[in-house]
Amino acid sequence: MTEQSLWRTGQPASPNLADVLERVLDKGMVIAGDISISLLDIELLTIKLRLLVASVDKAKELGINWWEHDPSLTARPRAGIEDENERLRQRIAELEAAAVREAVER
Amino acid sequence: MSTQATYTYAVARAFDEAALAAQRGVDGAPVYLVRHRDIVAVASALPEAAADEAAWRGRLETLDELAVLARCHHAVVAAAAAQAVTIPFRLATVHFGDDRVAELLRREYPRLAATLDRLAGRVELGVKVYAEAPPAPPAGSGQVATGRDYLRQRRQERDQREQAWRHATAAADRLAAGLAQLAVASRRHRPQDGRLWPAGGPNVMNAAYLVAERTAGAFADRARGLAADMPGVRVEVTGPWAPYSFADVSGTGR
Repeated sequence: MTEQSLWRTGQPASPNLADVLERVLDKGMVIAGDISISLLDIELLTIKLRLLVASVDKAKELGINWWEHDPSLTARPRAGIEDENERLRQRIAELEAAAVREAVER
Repeated sequence: MSTQATYTYAVARAFDEAALAAQRGVDGAPVYLVRHRDIVAVASALPEAAADEAAWRGRLETLDELAVLARCHHAVVAAAAAQAVTIPFRLATVHFGDDRVAELLRREYPRLAATLDRLAGRVELGVKVYAEAPPAPPAGSGQVATGRDYLRQRRQERDQREQAWRHATAAADRLAAGLAQLAVASRRHRPQDGRLWPAGGPNVMNAAYLVAERTAGAFADRARGLAADMPGVRVEVTGPWAPYSFADVSGTGR
């Protein structure tokens, strides 16, 4: 078997998105220095979680339909709490910023 | 010096740029090679605005855009790997212009050349083992009379899942040991997130193997053959991949 034939015939036409994401986000050579963007501080897990709340329809298109098999695992309620926490954190940050501005202006 | 940013996909042993003529990179840009001695960086141009970090962060955090970028990056890497031994870079490795990419090739030449030598003639195969989901309870048995019955049933279901998981994990360890002997190198990765499972049981092993290209088919057959003798597990072999999981083992990078 030649190199060419293995690459042409062996690779599935469209590998699973989870497998692709795992490799391109978490593996591969990281070049230090001289780069403007790196993913070092973006956790794959975070992206996966975002993936789940991003769009149920899109996830279904990807063949990710776990919730249909195990409703007790559904992330929706947790996502709701996370959204609420995020809103509260933002509100606190706004209030703190306002307090600082007031103190500075006085 | 060019004001354009340069997206880099991989480093490879030099090959004919014409082989990538049909390949499109990020945002549809043509793919070209930046050369130094006998190695090349596989690259495409990014308009300067697109290289802005904030803009990229937004793109990477939107699933649809992330999926497009990831598949594009992967497709270019795979196209290069079909031509010559290739070291894939991590997604979104962007340099300030081709001059900087050429400088990288010059500066890191010894390490890159050594890694290419190590990976030459080898491919990565992914092997994932899943626990088979326990059999569903027979229809009608879902009826429960009392809260206690309900709790007992839930506990039974949970115990069955745990047992299936332990059984599959032990089988996966045996499989991994058998396969490691046939591979040049192996890596065990985190099992994939439960919420990303395909229909069926959980992923209990997620491994990558670096194998001689001419033995890749036999390796995949061996993995499937070993798993066929292990009840309660399902194995999935993916690839060949460019050696993403083995790109950095000898380098100073992470």
